[in-house]
Amino acid sequence: MSDKVVYMDNNATTRVAPEVLEVMLPYFSDLYGNPSSMHTFGGQVEIAISEAREKIANLIGASSDEIIFTSCGTESDSTAIFSALQAYPEKRHIVTTRVEHPAVKNLCENIDKITGHKHKVTSLPVDREGMLDLQRYEESLTDDTAIVSVMWANNETGVVFPVAEMAAIAKSRGILFHTDAVQAVGKIPIDLNVTSSVDFLSISGHKLHASKGIGVLYVRRGTPYAPFLIGGHQEHGRRGGTENVASIVGLGKACELAGERMEEENTRVKALRDKLEKGLLDSISHSMLNGHKTERIPNTTSVSFESVEGEAILLHLDRFGICASSGSACTSGSLEPSHVLRAMGVPFTAAHGSIRFSLSVYNVEEEVDYILEKLPSIIQNLRDLSPFWKGNHSGAVGSSQCKCSC
Amino acid sequence: MWNYTDKVKDHFLNPRNVGDIEDASGKGEVGSLACGDALTLTFKLDAEGRIEDAKFKTFGCASAIASSSALTEMIKGLTVEEAEKITNEDIAEYLGGLPKEKMHCSVMGREALEAAVANYKGVPIPMAQGELVCECFGVTDLEIRRAVLESNLKTVEEVTNFTKAGGGCGNCHERIEELIMEVRKEARDEAKSEEAPKRLTNIQKIKMIEDALEREIRPALRKDGGDIELIDVDGDFVMVSLRGACVSCAASQTTLKEYVEKKLREQVLDSLIVEEVKT
Repeated sequence: MSDKVVYMDNNATTRVAPEVLEVMLPYFSDLYGNPSSMHTFGGQVEIAISEAREKIANLIGASSDEIIFTSCGTESDSTAIFSALQAYPEKRHIVTTRVEHPAVKNLCENIDKITGHKHKVTSLPVDREGMLDLQRYEESLTDDTAIVSVMWANNETGVVFPVAEMAAIAKSRGILFHTDAVQAVGKIPIDLNVTSSVDFLSISGHKLHASKGIGVLYVRRGTPYAPFLIGGHQEHGRRGGTENVASIVGLGKACELAGERMEEENTRVKALRDKLEKGLLDSISHSMLNGHKTERIPNTTSVSFESVEGEAILLHLDRFGICASSGSACTSGSLEPSHVLRAMGVPFTAAHGSIRFSLSVYNVEEEVDYILEKLPSIIQNLRDLSPFWKGNHSGAVGSSQCKCSC
Repeated sequence: MWNYTDKVKDHFLNPRNVGDIEDASGKGEVGSLACGDALTLTFKLDAEGRIEDAKFKTFGCASAIASSSALTEMIKGLTVEEAEKITNEDIAEYLGGLPKEKMHCSVMGREALEAAVANYKGVPIPMAQGELVCECFGVTDLEIRRAVLESNLKTVEEVTNFTKAGGGCGNCHERIEELIMEVRKEARDEAKSEEAPKRLTNIQKIKMIEDALEREIRPALRKDGGDIELIDVDGDFVMVSLRGACVSCAASQTTLKEYVEKKLREQVLDSLIVEEVKT
């Protein structure tokens, strides 16, 4: 592997910003008090947590008492959905989408096993560009619907859903609305004062340059809520467990930075993303963009290269220190390409060869140029190896009978 | 990230024998774009019937490319009969092992070889003749049976790792489970029948007992002034009567169990039980 690292896998995780690390460190050493303690030594830690809570609330237009600290985005998602089901025990219908992150998708698929009750889950389809049909969404809502859980931005394609509109529709029907916003917070402006119908919103610290192991669940004031982790009185009894102080303080700083860098993210980073995307599509034939071109977070691009397989591309990129990810089957150990690309109806010729680049404010133009220099020949070399590239592989065993509906 | 061996990385980054042989003796195509990996294998025989050249083209992940590259290296110089003996485990071993989720890549290599050999011989591909079990990845019961037997697979997940069967919609999981049970039962039965002593008929048994008595046991007892007589054989029970010095010997029961029974079990059947009948 090369010594150089070109990190463009920020939807997987991000580097902890140096400014964030700096404010975290004292809480690993001198400031080790328990914020619940009745002494000044612990009390000063409680103050730091309050300040962090304020900064996080500011980034999303919430008030600080609407912020509950959790361990990760997944915990936030689970807490929100179980809250709604407990608030309306007689309602047994959940509306979500086919392209959710596993944190929501797998939870909904297994909800009967966990709750011991039979639930109906409607997973809304998306079109070829990864967009939802709002009319279909509206028609899916029933009097039995307890909660709608729809991601704000998709992790694989970056496609942004019309969350404000969807939340308003849910509210008008008296249905709770949750959004997994881990890929949106810090990348696009969010103001929950304006988007006033969202009841629950999940944040993950490590997706916006804070550390791993810290998440937030925003719960709108007045929304029915039931704790997921039951224990001490932390978070006003809404989430038991001693606070992850250093990470909370770090997340506060990260949210402050994200607010300051929001414009850069949507101008400079977006321009880098667009240059990379255009460069790849122009220089590599039989390639295509996955997802809507404009309704997207500014840092993400998912491009498919026909007749080649994603894992092979990633391992070649890895030799040059380039970090990206793929929706191919082989990278996950599963045998089918990503559920997101399948839901979008991306043809097999392209789904297995998809590569996602997700940028951050730490990326520079030279890195984009470096990828544009390396990737075309990687694709060409793999295509030279591929029986589908200008070949006539007909597939003797299995393939001829392959009826995959995926 | 997958933990690939250096050999897998080497064959992936520097694949050997890429291409198509124009006037190939045999050509095999397996897999499909939908399934996520596919391989075209061609080989050419020399005048003596040895594989003088083999080439491949593969669409797939690093281990699929490495398995294909390894296969072409392995079969060069072999006769068709020798090449046919190569299993997927051999390919994986050549590469220093594959992650278990990637074993199907080595299976694909072997299937391509079988398809190419079938093409050379002008016969249908044997593995494609069975019942289609996994519709998503087009896997037959024959392929599943062989993988279960050869790689000692015990769960549906393992079968999926090796053959891909069951990795899609999951509708065939029950059928795969049945196949695993069937194959394992067959394997057990076979093992049992191999271990089990050959069944003796009554006459054979009696003759062998008499033989052992006459040849070894009676001469030994006679040395001490005793003797033994066979009275009857009923199933595993061998009824004998002690004679001479044995009748009054305090150790006669020990002799019966520790010597006579032991000898008969060794030489005839290890389920025999020797009992004394007083006459």
